[in-house]
Amino acid sequence: MPIGNLDIILIAVTTASACALPGVFLVLRRMTLMSDAISHAILPGIVLAFFLTHSLSSPLLILAAGATGVLTVVFVELLQKTKLVKEDAAIGLTFPALFSIGVILISRYASNIHLDIDAVLLGELAYAPLNRLEVFIADLNPLLLYVILHIQVQLQGYFSFSFDLGPMSLYVMGVLLVLNLAFIMIFYKELKLATFDASLAATLGLSPVLIHYGLMTLVSMTTVGAFDAVGSILVVALIVGPPATAYLMTDNLTRMLILSVVIGCVNAVIGYWFAYISNVSIAGAIASMTFIVFVLVFLIVPNRGLIAITRRHIRQKWEFAQTMLVIHLFNHEGLPEAEAESEVAHLHEHLQWEPTFASRVVRYALNNRYVSQKAAQLILTDRGRTIAQQALVQ
Amino acid sequence: MQALDSKAIEVTDLTVAYQETPVLWDIDLDVPPGVLLAIVGPNGAGKTTLIKAILGLVRPAAGNVLIYNKPYATQRRIVGYVPQRGSVDWDFPTNVLDVVMMGRYGALGWIKRPGSRDRELAMHALEKVGMENYTTRQISQLSGGQQQRVFLARALVQDATIYLMDEPFQGVDATTERAIISLLQELRENGKTVVVVHHDLQTVTDYFDWVTLLNIRRIASGPVKDTFTSENLRETYGGRIAFMKNR
Repeated sequence: MPIGNLDIILIAVTTASACALPGVFLVLRRMTLMSDAISHAILPGIVLAFFLTHSLSSPLLILAAGATGVLTVVFVELLQKTKLVKEDAAIGLTFPALFSIGVILISRYASNIHLDIDAVLLGELAYAPLNRLEVFIADLNPLLLYVILHIQVQLQGYFSFSFDLGPMSLYVMGVLLVLNLAFIMIFYKELKLATFDASLAATLGLSPVLIHYGLMTLVSMTTVGAFDAVGSILVVALIVGPPATAYLMTDNLTRMLILSVVIGCVNAVIGYWFAYISNVSIAGAIASMTFIVFVLVFLIVPNRGLIAITRRHIRQKWEFAQTMLVIHLFNHEGLPEAEAESEVAHLHEHLQWEPTFASRVVRYALNNRYVSQKAAQLILTDRGRTIAQQALVQ
Repeated sequence: MQALDSKAIEVTDLTVAYQETPVLWDIDLDVPPGVLLAIVGPNGAGKTTLIKAILGLVRPAAGNVLIYNKPYATQRRIVGYVPQRGSVDWDFPTNVLDVVMMGRYGALGWIKRPGSRDRELAMHALEKVGMENYTTRQISQLSGGQQQRVFLARALVQDATIYLMDEPFQGVDATTERAIISLLQELRENGKTVVVVHHDLQTVTDYFDWVTLLNIRRIASGPVKDTFTSENLRETYGGRIAFMKNR
């Protein structure tokens, strides 16, 4: 496997982890739409910072994007506070406005530079390793660097060595991952309380507003960091998909955080592998995988998955029908009409059931030994009688 | 009991408005220490808003709130709050013990994590509300009454002097209601001040010793036997009140 591939996988996995962590809190706060808004609205911030620095890899871009993201949140909340506009509409108004400013700025002033809208929207993971972080020998102790990072050494011209420290995106996302992890670990308790019960947090003096904007800043910075790799649309899949999947699987916040990261990484690796063998967009493949994994978990997760729920409903349907049958037999037991009422062939007429349904219910009850058949009659077993009595008591 | 002239809660000239619509008009309210007080009034009377204003959760348009003669921000530690049960998302991924521990977060302050002592206090509070066997239960699997008990336990671990509770009897069965009221009465016996937003006029005289009648204005406030009169009730509820009994 060529080194470029490993780089891509590393970038994808780091990006997925960095996105999944704050995503957990967005999902729990029912604010996932906000991540969509932020991912678009930060464009003018990026463009302006790009005009200032003339570089796409300057950390200023991330800070500017972070600021624009927070501004988006502020705008949405201001609009909402007027009570003239609901939250979803406020989001729908704010982010296209900001995004369009970015689009206009690019088309007016930057149409000839590498900052095209396709790349912004879709990103291209395959190119991410091409933008590499290089350090000149004069800047750092080479031996130390070599030992710590054991990166390939490149001879560049006469005396100047430069070290290839790996792809730029990996560093950007690595730093963001560490930032997100640190924020969540340090303010775990505050994040949890502000998410579950913001009023209590406020009365206890643990400002939910501070936590809110801290989280939004991180979401904004993570989004722009992930921009390079996956673009502004697919980053939403990384932020929302894995936490929404993990939410189906656990009742514990810590476990939900860990699971989200694991699921994000699995999606990234499988997605990359799929893109590699079928030669399609990596970002597209990872986002598709995110959805496929969600659907799989949604279907098969024990107890609350769709399959488990459907099976429970079906079982309940038969059990209820069986209880009706048992109660019917119980009510007429020992009475003169018992013989007629318990005749297998005519049960469906008494109960007004479809004949096929009635015979299936009878088979179900026979299997469970709630009834037994004696000639043409159904007779309650002791077990069936107990069930009928219990059902009638409730 | 503390000196009679000290007031647990002192609300002066409090007006709260959403936009230009007043929700509370110029409220004056003194709550003496060690009473079990019911705030009653019709829907939309501003009962919840009054509690939230006392806790600094809504900004007043005018007026002031003092807790033992000091602003709320300096008295957080001695005030416990039980919000309405429906104000939180019970599908949040956490369990009973964890929710109760949240009551300790104020005492812990920023960043510091709860430890074994906080866990002990939480367990003790759960025993008090009879929920000690549910510590690891996911909160979405609790009944309404159990959820209310958990919220109560969460306030108890704050070990506050003043408790503010927003409809703690809402949607609970009779057994839970009795359990809760005897707990509140026990708090009062221990010198705590308990303020409860209450809906059921039938039980005011049985449960509480102090009452505030509210309908955007403060109609009356004082000991139940002097204040909970048909005249005051008529003024609070207008003609809409069917309940009339003289005690």
